Amino acid sequence: MDSWRRTGIDPSVFVEAKGRAALWKFFAGMFPPDFSWSFLSLMWQPTLETIQISLFGTLIAVMVGFPLGLLGTHSLVVRGVLNDAELQGAPLRRTLRYAIYCTARGLLSLFRSIPEFVWAFMFVRAVGLGPFPGVLAIGVAYGGMLGKVYSEIFEAVNHRPLEALQSAGANKLQIFFYGWFPQAMPNFISYTLYRWECAVRASAILGLVGAGGLGQQIEISMRMFDFSQVLTILFILFTMVAAVDWISAKVRGML
Amino acid sequence: MGSSPPYRLEHVRKLFGRHQVALDGVSLTIEKGQRVALIGPSGAGKTTLFRLLNCTLRQSSGKIWINGEDAETLHGKRLRRARSLIGTVYQQHNLVQRLKVIHNVLSGQLARWSTLGSLLSLLRPSDVALAHAALQKVGIAEKLFERTDELSGGQQQRVAIARVLVQDPEIILGDEPVSSVDPTLANTIVKLLIDISQETRKTLIVSLHSVDLALAYFPRVIGINNGRTSFDLPPDRISEGMLDELYAGSRESRSVSEAVSESTVPLIYPTAS
Repeated sequence: MDSWRRTGIDPSVFVEAKGRAALWKFFAGMFPPDFSWSFLSLMWQPTLETIQISLFGTLIAVMVGFPLGLLGTHSLVVRGVLNDAELQGAPLRRTLRYAIYCTARGLLSLFRSIPEFVWAFMFVRAVGLGPFPGVLAIGVAYGGMLGKVYSEIFEAVNHRPLEALQSAGANKLQIFFYGWFPQAMPNFISYTLYRWECAVRASAILGLVGAGGLGQQIEISMRMFDFSQVLTILFILFTMVAAVDWISAKVRGML
Repeated sequence: MGSSPPYRLEHVRKLFGRHQVALDGVSLTIEKGQRVALIGPSGAGKTTLFRLLNCTLRQSSGKIWINGEDAETLHGKRLRRARSLIGTVYQQHNLVQRLKVIHNVLSGQLARWSTLGSLLSLLRPSDVALAHAALQKVGIAEKLFERTDELSGGQQQRVAIARVLVQDPEIILGDEPVSSVDPTLANTIVKLLIDISQETRKTLIVSLHSVDLALAYFPRVIGINNGRTSFDLPPDRISEGMLDELYAGSRESRSVSEAVSESTVPLIYPTAS
């Protein structure tokens, strides 16, 4: 009961006259949505910006997550048949490998435990307003998520072919390209695309803290109580997410 | 190298974790060009022994000399070089299923290629003729550009042998190479391995589930049980009694030895903790 009150759940808002009036003003104000050319032409730039933020953010996330995911993969760095010959009876080297592994894992946890919204908030303070803090926020937060999942994907591949490649004298990178990646690729690509979808949604929100894109426009329209514009922006957002969804489904279908 | 034998093992032990003893003091010497069969119940330590012989694992104690080199001193480049001189055929083929046959065959070359070169070859195979010749030798040249997972088990084992041909090692190891194919094909594949090794006087060491195959084709047969060698003799000096003793206490009987058996040594084993 206590937590019910603490969260401020108050059904009377929907019943009392004053609350009803505010609700009515909000919803009625949304219609009709503002599809005037003057407003839509203004939205073109922020829409493009949102897509750009999501694309570059995801690109950075891959660049962050991929190497950290590799170094955070147990069977690649510290254990099993791919490491035994190098690490058996070499405690110093084993400790060093463990240190690398733990550092990578720790960084990934740190990156993804802080929500992208909070990262954006900090980056706005650090590098100023605009799309750039949004790109960085998605890059770091999603890098953490991607890296974690990448390492799980890498862990799940069949290790026997890797053992065979190693026993023929291949180095770690060659083992990776010939054995690891071909097996992991479908999951790798489809999860990365899924994260890109999420990034499109996220980059819309990030604007609320001043990190550019459509979110910033939502905030401006909200502040001016122009709810018909808000609804238009929600339409644009919906169309955009649906389009990204469609593209990634197509790409996954090709795998 | 010259006079030093391909393998010399002294009191080799391998432990997984702290308590699981896979090999318990194996000593043996294998001479150049020799043809050796390993037999014994599953779980006896054969796979672990092969993994030590091809430098995948390192012994917990004891000594291994490969072509006169102390295996414990091998690291980095020298380790990869030593590995490249030893070709292995596995029970489960260990091919990358999603790659085309040609890439699996050419992966035998990796030790000779630069990292960049091998990456480029994935985009455009850099030695089609070599792969084709190797596949022709094992009788499936027409499969060159097919995806590996479209091949049958027997064909995949031929691809694995073609990979070893491309690798062109001094020593060929076969870890239960015919346990997952039918008896007729098993016969053919063992003969193929023998032909290949004899052509260029390569050392051949094969572990077999089928005692009959071992006794028929190999001048030296080593029985392994509980991580130790129980005999090491030419086939005409191995008695029924010795074989019964070798397989005594194991669940499987010798007669159903063609069944696929999973190695009991875990691929990723628990470390001491």
